[in-house]
Amino acid sequence: MKEKLKQLDESVRAEFPLIRESDIAYLDNGATTQKPESVLRAVDEYYRRQNANPLRGIYDLSMEATEACQKARQAVADFIGAEDACEIIFTRNASESMNLAAYSYGMSALQEGDEIIVSTAEHHSNFLPWKQAAATKGAKVVYFDPEEDGSFDLDKLKGLITEKTKILAITQISNVLGRINDIKSMTELIHSVGGVAVIDGAQAVAHIRVNVRELGADFYAFSGHKMYAPMGIGVLYGRKELLEKMPPFLYGGEMIESVTKEKTVFAELPYKFEAGTVDAGGAIGLHAAIDFINQYGFEQIVARENALTARIVNAMKEMPYIDILGDKKACNHHGIVAFRVDGVHPHDVAQVFADEGVCVRAGHHCAEPLHRYLGELAGIRVHSSTRVSVGIYNTEAEIDRFLDVLSQIRGKMGF
Amino acid sequence: MNNTLYNEIINEHNLRPYHKYHLEGANLTLEGVNPSCGDEITLSLKVEDGIIKDGAYEGDGCAISQASADIMLDMIIGKTKEEALHLCDLFLRMIKEGISPEERDELEEAGILESVSHMPARVKCAVLGWRTMKEMF
Repeated sequence: MKEKLKQLDESVRAEFPLIRESDIAYLDNGATTQKPESVLRAVDEYYRRQNANPLRGIYDLSMEATEACQKARQAVADFIGAEDACEIIFTRNASESMNLAAYSYGMSALQEGDEIIVSTAEHHSNFLPWKQAAATKGAKVVYFDPEEDGSFDLDKLKGLITEKTKILAITQISNVLGRINDIKSMTELIHSVGGVAVIDGAQAVAHIRVNVRELGADFYAFSGHKMYAPMGIGVLYGRKELLEKMPPFLYGGEMIESVTKEKTVFAELPYKFEAGTVDAGGAIGLHAAIDFINQYGFEQIVARENALTARIVNAMKEMPYIDILGDKKACNHHGIVAFRVDGVHPHDVAQVFADEGVCVRAGHHCAEPLHRYLGELAGIRVHSSTRVSVGIYNTEAEIDRFLDVLSQIRGKMGF
Repeated sequence: MNNTLYNEIINEHNLRPYHKYHLEGANLTLEGVNPSCGDEITLSLKVEDGIIKDGAYEGDGCAISQASADIMLDMIIGKTKEEALHLCDLFLRMIKEGISPEERDELEEAGILESVSHMPARVKCAVLGWRTMKEMF
């Protein structure tokens, strides 16, 4: 039954127009990935041949659009190991998914005095919605700090969990530290007190095999655009039992069974959470992106991306003026390496790279609390870093080009 | 590509600034922040009878923000408040919309930051010191 996988090598670059047709080294995949022909074609084909408002029309065209959306939803469910396609809610991106979880689940489940454990490594999108929900409901946010090597200590988490703990919000792979967190053990701990786990999968889904049921995730959020799909489509996975009890987040069209002046009956899952017309083109693009990833399989993707990451980390170790955030070992960075160059501000580092056609990210990567915390641990002021992050199409030659520029930066800055 | 901002002048002002220290007896002090880069400077001036007698800055940020503030202080110390604000207007205009070659000459060393006008991501860094001075007056 299992189809033969396509071999993953540099020929994959030919599938990405932007990669194929430019001479930049694109190493900012943690921010967004480039899109393969198959995704672009799928979106284009949808609007050329299948476009109608999904779920609305009785005519064939609308049924086709509805079916295409349903297939996309099923593909997402299969991709992350969800039990039922109705547990897949289409959103705009991971941030919106987190907001849905915080506003709908958080606001209705939290009572005054309850506690939410949020990891200090969170992207602002899995940080601010919980702070907001806590403030509104009189609940308390408790911070779960990582260790200097980017790991999370399960005993520390045990110490933070009380009978008041209702929610644990944590990322599977931090967009700065790049380390895979032991989500399974953490969800077991939070479930032992009846709490739920909200997992940010934005940096994981395109890079490692994810199974939400094996992880024990109650909610799992990610964006399409970081996994070779278009911008504007995202996913919130939620356990059916929880979603069924939750109130809608946005109100409007196509999220109801019936509306009279007196009474509204909300639609079944997942439509209850999808007010208004969904981004059908985006959902179909996401489906194509999943097919794109699946044709290679995660075994090859992980091997390729980890080899590139190791090439970066191992070379950086030979540069005494480079400080890697998180673990110093390559095996604990999955496609993401954030670093600091002694004496050079991260924005200047990224500028020198930009001048050489190498795209890397500089700043706090929407994880300002993490940078400040790592600075406190090290006894220095850290507000930002430079980040290199790899994707399926990157090559050893690009990594070497990156490393070559890196080795020259201090010289260019007058040191 | 290779049209780098980081020439010797910028690097020198960044690595060995003349005016980066705590100024005792300043009568005007203001903090400026560029949230996109995380650049921070605290600008201090000693102004007597409308003349900028002395000035210094403290802070932390990218080379562009720090060097630009240092160059600015080089230029405005000894000038009147009006002259300093005039230079500030020229500088902001150079970055945002462009100025004539004569106006650029007036800006002396600060003119080397003209290339920032083609780098939208760095505009806020370059203007931080100048914007902060303008707010002070």
